[in-house]
Amino acid sequence: MRSLFLALLADESRHGYEIKQALEQEFGDQLPALNAGQIYSTLARLERDGLVVGQSIEGDNRRKRVYELTEAGRAALTGWIETPVPGTRLKDEFFMKLVILASAGLAEPKALIAGQRREYLQSLRDLDAMVSADGSRPAAELLAEGAILHLKADLEWLDLIEQRLPMQREPA
Amino acid sequence: MTPVLETRRLAKTYDTGGTQVLAVRGIDLTISRGEFVAIVGPSGCGKSTLLNLMAGLDRVTAGEVWLGGRRIDQLSETALARMRRQKVGFVFQFFNLMPTLSAIENVELPLLLVGRHRKEARDAASRLLDDLGLEDKYDAAPSQLSGGEQQRVALARALANTPDILLGDEPTGNLDSASSREVLALLRAARDRGQTLLLVTHDTRVAAAADRVVTLRDGLVNDDTELQAARPVTLPLDAGGPV
Ligand SMILES: Nc1ncnc2c1ncn2[C@@H]1O[C@H](COP(=O)(O)OP(=O)(O)OP(=O)(O)O)[C@@H](O)[C@H]1O
Ligand SMILES: [Mg+2]
Repeated sequence: MRSLFLALLADESRHGYEIKQALEQEFGDQLPALNAGQIYSTLARLERDGLVVGQSIEGDNRRKRVYELTEAGRAALTGWIETPVPGTRLKDEFFMKLVILASAGLAEPKALIAGQRREYLQSLRDLDAMVSADGSRPAAELLAEGAILHLKADLEWLDLIEQRLPMQREPA
Repeated sequence: MTPVLETRRLAKTYDTGGTQVLAVRGIDLTISRGEFVAIVGPSGCGKSTLLNLMAGLDRVTAGEVWLGGRRIDQLSETALARMRRQKVGFVFQFFNLMPTLSAIENVELPLLLVGRHRKEARDAASRLLDDLGLEDKYDAAPSQLSGGEQQRVALARALANTPDILLGDEPTGNLDSASSREVLALLRAARDRGQTLLLVTHDTRVAAAADRVVTLRDGLVNDDTELQAARPVTLPLDAGGPV
């Protein structure tokens, strides 16, 4: 979320509430209600690390703190812009869970896979309903379409795991 | 209530020059009215065989098939054909429209075959095509339609006789993702109107739209699970990059 904040501060200084509004404008209802605490603590950490600087000004009825990027903040933002996010996804919670539980003999692999398949199908259904409904934001919809494609791959991967993984415990 | 479709200990063995293929090895499945069921599983696990047995398109080796409370696996070919015309709708991967008939004639055909009057059939067929967004394609030949449009005509044809059950074998298997989504939306709409649906599919997005997903492995039911109504989705706060 920190880099996202830097990007939102690139062109204009904003206060916390304006950052919240900018995020909600892109993602709409699909974003969990942002709480002020999360926004202010992120801004405070960015300020502590010297990436933004805040200035308190008197508002209409209360004081607000307006933030802008520092040189270091702009450099961090540039670095973020220029670096593609990693393409490999070798972290997979389910796979780790399966391998460890199966080798320890704590769970039946077939049952774990079946349960996981249900969860993926249900998630796919949830996302599909979201993108089929009217009124979701384009950005949120595209994010959901991406998640759907990943879930399709995850489901295919489960089939592969089921076929290939030697899932009986090695006899001692 | 009587299930729409039921199989009991259903089995099919193919004899291919000495070797036997156990395609379906004892499947009990009950489909209730209004259900939307997807059949999934790896290639060769028996999905199409099961569907063909349930529709009376193929002969069972053992077991029973019941459609609307009537046992059908021992009916004559003529009786089966009549039963299918009246009670079952089909959509296939390759649309299977009559190439020499126009879109609207393809949709009328099943209505005429069960003895409806020409005018009545024409009205019903145009209503169906309109519902599926094909109001300007009545006179197009199948070869003049895109894959997605052909599949929508096939869907209109399958729904023409308000079948007790709509059976589909990979209905989106030959479509790009945009056309698949259109066809899926129409299948969902049919379900919402109370149509019973049973679809064989490799497309997990189609499977996830069903209310119940049956997974086959090696000719047997491996999993049979109900999905819940869609849950609301919220995006993680850190969707935009490393915190
Ligand atoms: N007419 C036939 N003669 C001989 N064997 C057949 C026949 N039809 C199907 N089989 C065999 O029966 C098994 C199940 O085939 P089926 O077509 O039902 O699989 P499927 O699950 O529909 O696969 P796919 O996802 O590839 O369409 C396979 O081993 C197949 O080779
Ligand atoms: Mg098949």
